[in-house]
Amino acid sequence: MVGDSDVVCVNHVSKRYGDQAVLKDIHFSIRKGEIFGLLGPSGAGKTTLVKQLAGLEVPTDGENVIFQQRMPSLQIMKRIGYMGQSDALYGELSAKENLEFFAAIYGLKRKERLQRIPEVLKIVNLAGTEKKLVSSFSGGMKRRLSLAISLLHEPELLILDEPTVGIDPVLRKSIWQTFDRLKSNGTTIIVTTHVMDEAEKCDRLGLLRDGKLIAIGTPTELMADTSSQSIEEAFLVYGGAVHEN
Amino acid sequence: MRIKALTIRILRQIFRDKRTIALLIFAPILVLTLLHFVFNGSNYEPTIGLVDLPEAVSNSLNSSEAGHFQNYDHMKEAKSAIEQRTIDAYLYMDGSQPSLVLEGSDPTSNRAVMSLLQNAFNSPDKKSAKMDIDFLHGGSELEQFDYIGPILLGFFVFFFVFLIAGVSFLRERTTGTLERLLSTPLKKSEIVFGYVIGFGIFTILQTFLIAAYAIYVLGMYMEGAFSLVIIISLFTALTALTLGILLSSFANNELQMMQFIPIIIVPQIFFSGLFNLEAIPEWLSWIGPLTPLYYTADALTSVMVRGTGWGTIIENILLLTGFSLLFILLNILVLKKHRKI
Ligand SMILES: Nc1ncnc2c1ncn2[C@@H]1O[C@H](COP(=O)(O)OP(=O)(O)O)[C@@H](O)[C@H]1O
Ligand SMILES: [Mg+2]
Repeated sequence: MVGDSDVVCVNHVSKRYGDQAVLKDIHFSIRKGEIFGLLGPSGAGKTTLVKQLAGLEVPTDGENVIFQQRMPSLQIMKRIGYMGQSDALYGELSAKENLEFFAAIYGLKRKERLQRIPEVLKIVNLAGTEKKLVSSFSGGMKRRLSLAISLLHEPELLILDEPTVGIDPVLRKSIWQTFDRLKSNGTTIIVTTHVMDEAEKCDRLGLLRDGKLIAIGTPTELMADTSSQSIEEAFLVYGGAVHEN
Repeated sequence: MRIKALTIRILRQIFRDKRTIALLIFAPILVLTLLHFVFNGSNYEPTIGLVDLPEAVSNSLNSSEAGHFQNYDHMKEAKSAIEQRTIDAYLYMDGSQPSLVLEGSDPTSNRAVMSLLQNAFNSPDKKSAKMDIDFLHGGSELEQFDYIGPILLGFFVFFFVFLIAGVSFLRERTTGTLERLLSTPLKKSEIVFGYVIGFGIFTILQTFLIAAYAIYVLGMYMEGAFSLVIIISLFTALTALTLGILLSSFANNELQMMQFIPIIIVPQIFFSGLFNLEAIPEWLSWIGPLTPLYYTADALTSVMVRGTGWGTIIENILLLTGFSLLFILLNILVLKKHRKI
């Protein structure tokens, strides 16, 4: 299952916090250029898993290998863009100042910065708001700026924890169009979500429940396998609910 | 490069918040100004009742300009006057011995009465009793304000940097920006140094303004070099910053950060020399040398009141550096909780 074209390999990963087992023997891999969705209810362990992939946490057992290197590795972290569950912005600063700061942290040169900042602002539809203070932004604008920051250094792997929370359906659609564009440029994207209809847009899905990977496959495979009409139904079947029909 | 970006960002954040800037600069200025007027105000002139005193005594007293006198024929009048607090004390003859009754509830007026009477009764005209008095440090013009001023200067630097740095690092953690920073290849030491340089620059500015105001506008006693005052403040800020960041890890919100003030900041004042250190009981006196402000206060007093140079403060600076290094080390350990490498 773990091959050379795999960008991310999660190798029998478990994580415990004290007595609580948050991740239980998770094993899967993600191929280059795919949009991989981690779907699961709140508390399933999605954030814990993607934090490990971003290099912020380490597993209790097993290992995460990204670009053929064991995480955490500062070398690999340069090639990853991470957007956490919270917006992680400086409210006292303007959108542009936030972007400039993180661009410098990622080591972008002045020239690259001048070029990339307008680009990412355009991608997330925030062009024209760069002078505004972030504290005056709406929830959706903050989320998009946060996304823009994770795109600054053109990462090969993008890890997004609930990227569309608090964003209206129109914008959500435009963000997913962005993901498709990035994917066509060869970027691998991992998104976590607990919204089922969003899950259908992923190339492949991993269903997570109580720290266990209960199923993995394309949305069509998962629905066919459980003879369900929707991902939501499929999730319930894998989760052990009795099929009504 | 990355450290520079962090430094610029921190300074931008500080200067964008106009209210906090005003607090950091004007609160110390206001407090120092008030203290200046409280301690350097005109001396209290007591009113003393004289009950049926021999002419010679009352004449010699009446010539004193340090107080006011009220003559009474009977004790009863003096007693009712002192109860109504129109006089601070009265003097009467107990046989051949002059006796003094003080109102007693206000130490300032007690002291004023006593020193007035001592001056009046001892050596009014006897030239032989006069002596020349020289001061090794300071001088007769050194007021209480000049002594506590340097200590307060150090305290303000420590207090504000501790609080502002602690709160900004706390916010960094609670808003998730710390996590985002740690998801980049940024090293943990780079974060700490970015903070140190950002707040260092700010402290130089703050100290410069406050010290210049105290010395040149309020006329605070200043024997030594201004540059040494800035250097001491800088090392004080370094200690306060690293301690503030460290303790912010143990607070979940701004209010909990404030709770460190009575525990960490206020006790340091008692051991900083603001109150006479000799008065601290033996079994408590070991605490002083464990508090950073103790060394700041000692160094600032040395420079500002005694006019000493590098030689005498280097030890204090080294100890403050030691505290800072310890806190930086602990900070990097605590940050391990957020990212293992
Ligand atoms: N640092 C931590 N310490 C203790 N428990 C944690 C910690 N982080 C997460 N957990 C627990 O792990 C479980 C999964 O959390 P999380 O990964 O955030 O789920 P999700 O993102 O799917 O909602 C939760 O029960 C949470 O309480
Ligand atoms: Mg989560």
